[in-house]
Amino acid sequence: MFRSITQIFQVTRFSIASLPRRLGSSLSAMLGIAGVVAVMVGVLSIAQGIMSTMKSSAGAANVIVLRSGADTEMTSGLGGDEARLITEAPGIARDGDQVIASRELFVMINLPKRSTGTDANVPVRGVEGQADRVREGFRLVEGRMFQPGLNEVIVGVGARREFQGAALGDTLAVGSEQWPVVGVFETGGGLAESEVWVDAPVLQDAFRRGNSFQSVHATLERPGAFTEFKDALTSDPRMNVKVQTEAEYYEGQSRLLYNLITGLGTLIALIMGLGAVFGALNTMYTAVSSRTREIATLRALGFRSGPVIVSVLSESLLLALLGGIVGAGLAWMAFDGFRGSTLNFSSFSAMTFAFDVNAPLLIQGIVFALLIGFFGGLFPAIKASRTPIAHALREL
Amino acid sequence: MKFLSLIFGNLRRKKLRTALTVLSIIVAFVLFGYLGAIRAAFLAGIDVAGADRLITRNKVSLINLMPMAHLAEIERVEGVDMAAHNTWFGGIYQEPSNFFAQIVVEPEALLELFPEYVVSEEDQRRWLATRTGVLIGRGLAERFEWSVGDKVPIMNPLWSQQGGDPNWVFDVAAIYDGAEQGVDTSQMFIRFDFFDEARSGGQGLVGWYTVRIDDPDRAAEVAVAIDQVFANSPDETKTEPEGAFIQGFANQMGNIGFIITSIVGAVFFTILLVAGNTMAYSVRERINELAVLKAVGFTDGGVLGLVLGESLVITVIGGGIGLALAWLMVSAGDPTGGALPVFFIPLRDLLLGVLLIFVLAFIAGIFPARMAQRLQVADALRR
Repeated sequence: MFRSITQIFQVTRFSIASLPRRLGSSLSAMLGIAGVVAVMVGVLSIAQGIMSTMKSSAGAANVIVLRSGADTEMTSGLGGDEARLITEAPGIARDGDQVIASRELFVMINLPKRSTGTDANVPVRGVEGQADRVREGFRLVEGRMFQPGLNEVIVGVGARREFQGAALGDTLAVGSEQWPVVGVFETGGGLAESEVWVDAPVLQDAFRRGNSFQSVHATLERPGAFTEFKDALTSDPRMNVKVQTEAEYYEGQSRLLYNLITGLGTLIALIMGLGAVFGALNTMYTAVSSRTREIATLRALGFRSGPVIVSVLSESLLLALLGGIVGAGLAWMAFDGFRGSTLNFSSFSAMTFAFDVNAPLLIQGIVFALLIGFFGGLFPAIKASRTPIAHALREL
Repeated sequence: MKFLSLIFGNLRRKKLRTALTVLSIIVAFVLFGYLGAIRAAFLAGIDVAGADRLITRNKVSLINLMPMAHLAEIERVEGVDMAAHNTWFGGIYQEPSNFFAQIVVEPEALLELFPEYVVSEEDQRRWLATRTGVLIGRGLAERFEWSVGDKVPIMNPLWSQQGGDPNWVFDVAAIYDGAEQGVDTSQMFIRFDFFDEARSGGQGLVGWYTVRIDDPDRAAEVAVAIDQVFANSPDETKTEPEGAFIQGFANQMGNIGFIITSIVGAVFFTILLVAGNTMAYSVRERINELAVLKAVGFTDGGVLGLVLGESLVITVIGGGIGLALAWLMVSAGDPTGGALPVFFIPLRDLLLGVLLIFVLAFIAGIFPARMAQRLQVADALRR
């Protein structure tokens, strides 16, 4: 037992010490694996970024109420009275006699994207006074809050970055009205940062919505109060609504896009991985065949086939590990925090997000690289251990 | 001919190595073809957009409706041949994930404006005679296995029927095919007369206009003229060519083209390393032989050609099989089970693929080939 472990160390040291001699082919296999890992981590980080934007949109104790049957705020509609009744339901947090709830409207306007100059559907949200308290982490980074009743707007940091004419001091033209931007806000990531906010009555007028709303966002006293709140609303015969926690709602909103990108990214990574396995196999077979005599000599000296297999495998695993680290590192440097925007399929409005190269993704990339290295090294290793000694020594 | 058998002889020497190299090239071209189809799906419609068609929508945003009365005013603008209105229905068939486009139209105008939707005479007559009838694309029909005569229930949170019922039922009256590859056959067209009468509110309001113009060269001018008609009215418009409208929508999804080109670039870089390295290795291994060839009268150019030829044979086999496999995979259907409007490898991408085969062969083979070309016979034989 002890002997074979020493043998493994000796042979492995031997083969790794000879790596520089095969620099070209080793490097190409390594870079190949790095390319696969970089693409995989890069594509999946888009999906991660969208997911984390959606996740940070949801407050822990927050709920959203829509009309029954609606799956997004865009398609929902609530009468003014109905919306008021919802804010009076039991379980909503209070501050003095104020309920922490906001009746909201959700529409879009067209603004050109900075990157392409073509129009994008920018989400505009009409909100009530408590909206900033319903969103955890809401903070004005520039300017001030809009004045209730005035044609003034505040914009999220994502919207300001992605769209032309949405910075502090600019004016949005909405139909025949001019809405000056008086503030810029952030919400610690999240979908709201892609939005433009305006006082709800102002938006109702501009879009001829009478006194109707589309959703009610509220913070509950505690997350546990959800059932009580939901039961009170769904059993009320005066309304016909759908009650969800924000976590549920945003998860549903991002599922389609997340699954599409993850599915596609995984498929591409698997096909590319297959290509990299072929490349690694080629490199390792070449490595083994250039060392045929060396390996045969070792075996003639009494080294068993086990250590030989381990030495070839560990060489290919080492190359794969280096490739994986390089690829994951490249993806991390190039993509982490990279800002992008896309169309939220559920509401057909723009959402901004940051690519998210997180630790699990990096580990996933390196594990994938090691798998490529394992399969790429296994068969050459077995071949090396099986070469008949006499025959191999006679070769060359 | 002798040359070719020499090339094949060389490739057969290390069968495993040749096979592995070919396999990695196959992988590269499968990805190339498949990603080409995905890009085409995301940019669907831009290539087949009518050059003589404009889209007029509400300036504020696409969700803001406009009065139907705009139609007559648009048709009066000089340079406009005809116009038709469209409205987004936006209903859900069973599950939100079953998404497909449902558009409310005037049937006669749609058939006139969109010659790329091919509908049989019989189907046309049936659709025009059935108020609750819908025209659906072949792709949509196959996705949900609908055929003419089927009833399709659709729940619509946006538009309810009078009395507040959000559930609508339509009859499949006609099916259209695309006149060419790339025509979106995933849509459903609903008759406006039925919709306008049945909806609980918003009578007389429509979503956007499709405008056909006499002279595509004057598109920009006519678009400006249309928007001027409605300037300073409560419903200002924005008019642009259909292609630009679709491109704008695709741009919103993100730079799909750029992302896919980057991935394909990374794939080819990787494969180039693998194939180039293998070629270089096999030349180094055979330096003696190449020197012998030269000694028996092969010219420098002949040896160069021999090595490049090997590279070419490997990439042509790998690239050819790869493109064919990609074609088969794409023909088998799109990965979302029908949600993509079109899914095919555009001819342009196939031609580019063929070109790439030769480029890859050249780049992978040229360095080892130059090495072989410059070989000094005496030096090489002494090694």
